[in-house]
Amino acid sequence: MNAIELNHIQKSFGSFAIEDLNLTVPSGTICGLVGENGAGKSTTIRLLMNALRPDSGTAKVLGVDASSPEFRAVKEDVGVVLDEAYYPETLTALQVGKVMAGTYRRWNQKRYDEFLSRFDLPGKKPFKDFSRGMKMKLAIAVAMSHQPRLLILDEATSGLDPIVRDEVLEIFNEFTREEDHSILISSHILSDLEKLCDYIAFLHRGRLLFCEEKDRLLETYGVFSGTAEQLASLREEAVVGREASGYGGIRALVRREDVPAGLELERAAVEDIILFMVKGAKK
Amino acid sequence: MEIIIRNTVNQPIYEQIYSQLKAQIISGTLAPGEALPSIRALAKDLKISVITTKRAYDELESEGFLHTVAGKGSFVAEKNLDLIREQQLKELEDHLSAAAGLARSCGLTVEELIDMLRVLLEEENL
Repeated sequence: MNAIELNHIQKSFGSFAIEDLNLTVPSGTICGLVGENGAGKSTTIRLLMNALRPDSGTAKVLGVDASSPEFRAVKEDVGVVLDEAYYPETLTALQVGKVMAGTYRRWNQKRYDEFLSRFDLPGKKPFKDFSRGMKMKLAIAVAMSHQPRLLILDEATSGLDPIVRDEVLEIFNEFTREEDHSILISSHILSDLEKLCDYIAFLHRGRLLFCEEKDRLLETYGVFSGTAEQLASLREEAVVGREASGYGGIRALVRREDVPAGLELERAAVEDIILFMVKGAKK
Repeated sequence: MEIIIRNTVNQPIYEQIYSQLKAQIISGTLAPGEALPSIRALAKDLKISVITTKRAYDELESEGFLHTVAGKGSFVAEKNLDLIREQQLKELEDHLSAAAGLARSCGLTVEELIDMLRVLLEEENL
């Protein structure tokens, strides 16, 4: 089964449009959604959660059409963390827990308490006095405590320090030990996605440029460093993007299979691949 | 069972798992019938992709090094020495034919090639 299925989604806002978006996240996998600001990541997530209606096409979450009446029940199974957490300002973490216990049928209070202590979150401090990091941690604790099968995370790790981010990634990683648990995560911190994801989906100006297995991406591409003449000797289609240093040196993202076998290439990180592709697309 | 994933080498991750497991199965470090961790557990422990781990297991299974029982997990297959030998012979043949190709492009005679091989073998025996 697929955790998420977007079929030919079309949504226009005048100056910006999501165009023919097809994205599938198989159950049990983690998919990272990347793209520049304004590429359509949050719009995609809102379309998924039925917060926006597509002009055409269908969105299915855990097998249920997002626009159908049955979708209400599915929301129990989906944990969502957005880039900003919104809770009533005067509530404390303990009170938020009480509200959620009355909201979600499968609310696990014990787990929530564990998360609060794991994240060092004070129980009795009002939400308005929380730092940005604390707010994110609270939202993650809430999302994990109603026992979802799918996590949708929109910039959920932004504003967290590297240590806590690593801990949160570990929690997400643990979450998918269950075979029917899946995650869709968008982030600008590409190294986090590289650590975590099975698939990387790349949105650029409302279009999905690719959705590929992460390790296949890393196998497909390499980074070439050398002189411009060396680069010119390679086949045209081998070079995806390039960047000159101004001192004769040039770095380029190349397809491994299209360059001579002996050519020494550096390992390309997801970050290299995305950056070079965006630059390549702008030309 | 020991698996070390390194990002510095240019070998794809699935190949690193595949070759390390295979070596341990051939050497007997992993005994026939021994249960291997589930694909998902191994992936999460090594912090790598489930798909990549599955690819390594699939490859090992297709070559007869392990077998998977639905609902129970993956196990090291009873060792078939003939099969392994056959496989290694095939690999040897591939290497030799590559060597022969190189020799041809360098204009080496058959005698020179055989001499080269003899020297190499003798060196190893020292």
